Amino acid sequence: MALDFSVFCQDTLSNEVVKGCLESGADQTYLQWMLSAWGWTVAVSLAALAVALVVGSIIGTLRTLPDSPWLVRLGNAWVEFFRNIPLLVHVFLWYFVVPKIIPAMSGVPPFLLVVCALGFFTSARVAEQLRSGIQALPRGQRYAGMAMGFTTTQYYRYVLLPMAYRIILPPLTSESMNIFKNSSVAFAVSIAELTQYALQSGEETAKPIEVYIGVTVLYVISALAINRIMAFVEKKARVPGFVASGTGGGH
Amino acid sequence: MLNLDFSFYSWSLIHDYVLKGLYFSVFLTAVATLGGIFFGTLLALMRLSGKKWLEWPAVTYVNGMRSIPLLMVLLWFFLLVPMIIGHPIGAEYSAIITFVAFEAAYFSEIMRAGIQSIPRGQVFAGMAVGMTYRQNMTLVILPQAFRNMLPVLLTQTIILFQDTSLVYIITAYDLLHGFELAGKNAGRPEESYLLAALVYFVICFSLSYVVKRIHKKIAIIR
Repeated sequence: MALDFSVFCQDTLSNEVVKGCLESGADQTYLQWMLSAWGWTVAVSLAALAVALVVGSIIGTLRTLPDSPWLVRLGNAWVEFFRNIPLLVHVFLWYFVVPKIIPAMSGVPPFLLVVCALGFFTSARVAEQLRSGIQALPRGQRYAGMAMGFTTTQYYRYVLLPMAYRIILPPLTSESMNIFKNSSVAFAVSIAELTQYALQSGEETAKPIEVYIGVTVLYVISALAINRIMAFVEKKARVPGFVASGTGGGH
Repeated sequence: MLNLDFSFYSWSLIHDYVLKGLYFSVFLTAVATLGGIFFGTLLALMRLSGKKWLEWPAVTYVNGMRSIPLLMVLLWFFLLVPMIIGHPIGAEYSAIITFVAFEAAYFSEIMRAGIQSIPRGQVFAGMAVGMTYRQNMTLVILPQAFRNMLPVLLTQTIILFQDTSLVYIITAYDLLHGFELAGKNAGRPEESYLLAALVYFVICFSLSYVVKRIHKKIAIIR
């Protein structure tokens, strides 16, 4: 079975092989299409990652607050809601149900709805990690902050969170890689990302193997890139003279 | 709730569409868990064997599977399995093969952690009383590794159950597909998705409650 990668140089309309692969003939080539699909994957993932970090930090912090049982319960309910329903169902809920229940949301582009679904879904995991990160800190640190006369906001801001984030960097790394993989569910609501591309152009060109190889390679490259970036962040953020949580990222 | 109406959901609708999907999702979860743990344990043993020619393929396989989205793996198997065996198989069989192969990679990481959690002294103790490698593993190490990792294995099973919804991409008939069909048939897709979410939530929430109980029980025994 011979593989024929010239399929990537084909024009999507005329199916003729375009010289140089990246020059436009009648329409874009499959390679150009794949790169733009990669762009959508990256866009969905990064936007969702931003949502997940912001929301996850808030929820995770809420769950560790002293003396506010209702905020803790709210945080717990949030995490349970997102952890016990499959991501694909969340995507459908945001895409089909939310615009129907809230008429004001009906004009929102699908891209944003998917980012909400993926972002909130991941925020529950980030919240869970941040909670365990904060709880992993010696209790004395909290009391020390209180004893210094810090307000709750201050001792979270200056004492607990800076250390907690450093502790949870390794699991955050794998969560960021998960976001890239999970962004593939956006295919279900016709976002033009890599998996959608694999489905469509695999069928159009009748060369699915070559197309899947291209897509798979791009996913692997994305995962590696995130891994390297986070390793760099981890190195930069390290507190001098402090050996942080030994594991160092999965395996 | 605004203009939502659940009254259309009758027993016959559930019976006709949803139950078939539920059966398949549960069946897929069960087979993938058992198969995944079996092959995952083999992969973990290969990885910890200390022999390069066994270690290297296992590492490549596990890391490869873990860096590709499950949806792409589903597409790959749906394409390749019929090519390899020479005749088409249904989406359901393809899903089962994919899930066993995919989950084996994840279960192998859990089993590896479980095996490594057993103190080395026990391996040496087994060798000292004259056990072969096989006896040592099956009688001493693996039973303990399974028990230590039971909560994690079960948590992975819950995740697996949620992931079965992804067979959507090869249109296998799972729980979500059942709800989708029922909703389309009754002309009420939104309500159907909400019910699907509720059913997944109830199942996964009760399972994770059970896992928490087991976790506590095991913690007391040790």
